[in-house]
Amino acid sequence: MNATATKRWDRIAWSKWLLFPAALLPALLLLQGALQNTLGADPVKALTHATGLWALRFLLLSLAMTPFRLWTGWTGFIRYRRMLGLYAFFYACLHLLVYLVLDLGTYWADLLTDIQKRPYMTVGFGAWLIMLPLAITSTRGMIRRMGRHWQRLHRLVYVAGILAALHFLWLVKADLREPGIYAGILAVLLLARLWPKRRARGTGPVGAATTSRK
Amino acid sequence: DAIPGLKTSPFSTTDALTSWGDVTSYNNYYEFGTDKSDPAQNAGAFKARPWSITVAGECEAPGTIDLEDLLKPVALEERIYRMRCVEAWSMVIPWDGISLAEVLKRFKPTSKAKYVRFVGLKDADRMPGQRWPVLDWPYQEGLRIDEAMHPLAFLAVGVYSRWLPNQNGAPLRLVVPWKYGFKGIKGIVRIEFTEKQPPTSWNDSAPDEYGFFANVNPAVDHPRWSQASERRIASDRSVFNARIATLPFNGYAEQVASLYSGMDLSRFY
Repeated sequence: MNATATKRWDRIAWSKWLLFPAALLPALLLLQGALQNTLGADPVKALTHATGLWALRFLLLSLAMTPFRLWTGWTGFIRYRRMLGLYAFFYACLHLLVYLVLDLGTYWADLLTDIQKRPYMTVGFGAWLIMLPLAITSTRGMIRRMGRHWQRLHRLVYVAGILAALHFLWLVKADLREPGIYAGILAVLLLARLWPKRRARGTGPVGAATTSRK
Repeated sequence: DAIPGLKTSPFSTTDALTSWGDVTSYNNYYEFGTDKSDPAQNAGAFKARPWSITVAGECEAPGTIDLEDLLKPVALEERIYRMRCVEAWSMVIPWDGISLAEVLKRFKPTSKAKYVRFVGLKDADRMPGQRWPVLDWPYQEGLRIDEAMHPLAFLAVGVYSRWLPNQNGAPLRLVVPWKYGFKGIKGIVRIEFTEKQPPTSWNDSAPDEYGFFANVNPAVDHPRWSQASERRIASDRSVFNARIATLPFNGYAEQVASLYSGMDLSRFY
């Protein structure tokens, strides 16, 4: 191992190596359920719902890292942010694929109508579309190359979060409680970013705020 | 215990049945919770007997009748019907019960009876889902009198030759196979003949999404999803089961389409 590689290895906390398989576990359990036909009466619906829920959960988790840092003062949270964000995109891709291939199947052309005609589908697809360039530009090299543009682009994750929460709220028939909880958590995570900024203005810069705010 | 002496019916479909397990554990009955597994989980303690039904409104013989007395004079029959949920999934269910028309005629509706209104039980102590105002309780449904008198319209007291499990609407529920499943009101306590179109729960809740008629119609989409196809709940529970096309009037067009001749079904959805 050369010097650079060793350094990089050091930088990657061992906890990330725990997080990686843990975050993959829901997908593996769903795959097992799909192969063994144990996903319930309407397995495709269950698969669509679960992958969508995990996408939203990981998106919220990635958005929680900055507030967690602000609340606890521990900067270590930030190192999980990219992996959580990429997992959100991974589950969003599974969600879209399950819907397109397993649910619509030969009716796949309906997707175009759905996206056009149905607002909850439009916002859901919009959220995925926004996450796509964020995932592509998540590498170290891209961060370096894009400079301050990178941060500007990645602020779009707030929009993705709002669209994802809206997608969930919009699809339920009458009971808004569950999507309401997720929307509430998102609101807290977004508002948490505004509050310390205002406070920081009075007391001077908060450490590393310019590089880790997201 | 099995229901004795069930007649078979020429109206029954030969489609493959949805399993007893899926029929009795995966359904909507918001009175017991909004998740499709909630009714089976929360309705166990519900007492469905004794049960009486009040029949009122534009009829010559109104009154309150015990369920046992309502069933006594008739031979129960089995009807294997397709059930198409407005959420775009479907089942094939062997219901046991009686023709709705047969029951209604006994109360001698007058010429003023243009509609039939159905009301479900309202009792938040026995139906925990009613503690939340997800819908304006009690659940209400309605049919035009000619729809209600159609031989396909059915009152179910059993499924799979057994008395209805609580989660499926015990002890008495409506089954209208050419309409979306939400028309099939459960736990009926009141039947009323009315001159005016009665209010119905889902129509009240979201009038742009759920109409009074709610006939299964692949050509008229729900504002938020297509109604052109459906996922049939199949016993193998495979994720590779393909969608099937939704048929006009859920495949019962031959029998019921004439009820709506001349009506613009995209307006009267």
